[in-house]
Amino acid sequence: MAEGRPPGFLAQALRIAGKDLAIEWRSREVLATMTFLAIVVVLIFSFAFVVEGARPPAAVVSGILWIALVVSGTVGLARAFDREREGEAIRSLLLSPAPRAAIYLGKLAATAALMAITQTVLTGLAGVLFSTSFAAVAGRVALLLGLGIIGFAAAGCVFSAALLRARGRDALLATLLYPIIVPIVIAGARGTSQLIDPIAPDFDGARFWTQFLVAVDVLFVTAGVWAFEPIAASD
Amino acid sequence: MTAAPVVLAKVGKVYGGRRVLADVNVSFQPARVAAVLGPNGAGKTTLLGILSTLVTPSAGSVRWGDQTLGRGSPLRARIGYVGHEPGIYGDLTAGENVALFAGLYGVGDGAGRAPALLARVGLGEARADAAARTFSRGMLQRLALARALVHDPTLLLFDEPAAALDPAGAAWLTRELAAERAAGRTVVLVTHDLAAAAVADQVVILRRGRVVFDETRPGGFGADALRALYEEKTRG
Repeated sequence: MAEGRPPGFLAQALRIAGKDLAIEWRSREVLATMTFLAIVVVLIFSFAFVVEGARPPAAVVSGILWIALVVSGTVGLARAFDREREGEAIRSLLLSPAPRAAIYLGKLAATAALMAITQTVLTGLAGVLFSTSFAAVAGRVALLLGLGIIGFAAAGCVFSAALLRARGRDALLATLLYPIIVPIVIAGARGTSQLIDPIAPDFDGARFWTQFLVAVDVLFVTAGVWAFEPIAASD
Repeated sequence: MTAAPVVLAKVGKVYGGRRVLADVNVSFQPARVAAVLGPNGAGKTTLLGILSTLVTPSAGSVRWGDQTLGRGSPLRARIGYVGHEPGIYGDLTAGENVALFAGLYGVGDGAGRAPALLARVGLGEARADAAARTFSRGMLQRLALARALVHDPTLLLFDEPAAALDPAGAAWLTRELAAERAAGRTVVLVTHDLAAAAVADQVVILRRGRVVFDETRPGGFGADALRALYEEKTRG
């Protein structure tokens, strides 16, 4: 045997996430597609809702942000396991001593990181287009978005892995994923809306939705870790 | 290297009600090359999947030394696998692929170990920094072997490694199989290519999921004898 023993769980997950991000940094193909799509969604809505320079209601801005997150995130998830499928790299990964849960969490972390970058660009753009200032509540909005991204990626990575070899997996991914993530979108949109309301921000309400998202994330990540083992099995 | 054989006892596998393997009793010895032969659908790849721990048998057990070889077993870290697909990341360079898997296996200084491994399989410095997706089929198989050897495995599994290799690549593969045997590894080769199997000391022939021939001849069977044997055992 070569010297050394398999690294710890967290180190394995970070190595897998790092591999995905290094590949993406080199090509930027998924990130560029996600960001482009998100910008297009925001622009379309801005033309639809911004009338003669009037600021749209906070609920509308919030809804647009979360719809763009879902649309661009779906693109990222659809490609999340593409590199494992090509050349059957997934087999090498599953044969390695890395626990299945570490593989899952590594993929989740990489997907969430790409979504977070896209969402940062998007939030800035929405602020400009909709004359909405996020500065005063930046931390709280970032927390809501971050929690929403983790929950979305946690559910999405499971379906993305399950559909690894399925035909029409892009369409199937959205069909299976969207009903599951409805609570995340509702909680995120409501919470964000309450935070960015320029007249009467409701911090207590936003705190409730933040706590709700924490609970959903714990549920989704736990279920994802549990479900990934049988999904990853080749038989 | 561990000198323990890998022993399959009454191993069976059923997929959706269809029996793919039944009552397989075979052992694979260290420092030997075993070729598993058989027509399409005989269960060869399933057998290799069970040995690799990626497929769970429906019946029987696989023992390696005093431990059971199965999913989640720490013995997984001592298995190397080369499939007909290379199992590497096309967007990473050859060196990065080797270093990535070295890291996952906990091999110290994976990046430092990569050049020597790549040189050993014939992918020298000139190719180490090229993206794997630019490689020919033969080069990908060489990289797949480097990836499979990065953790110095005791059990080395090959699934149709000669598929799509040119004659020079096939000759290289034969030399590699002999070299791995000389290094003391337990080598199991699943193939349709009787020329590639001629290097084997042990031949196992499967037919309809059952072992119809299992014999060891140190020094090999010879290509002509192997062909005659194969036709006899798989006829009808």
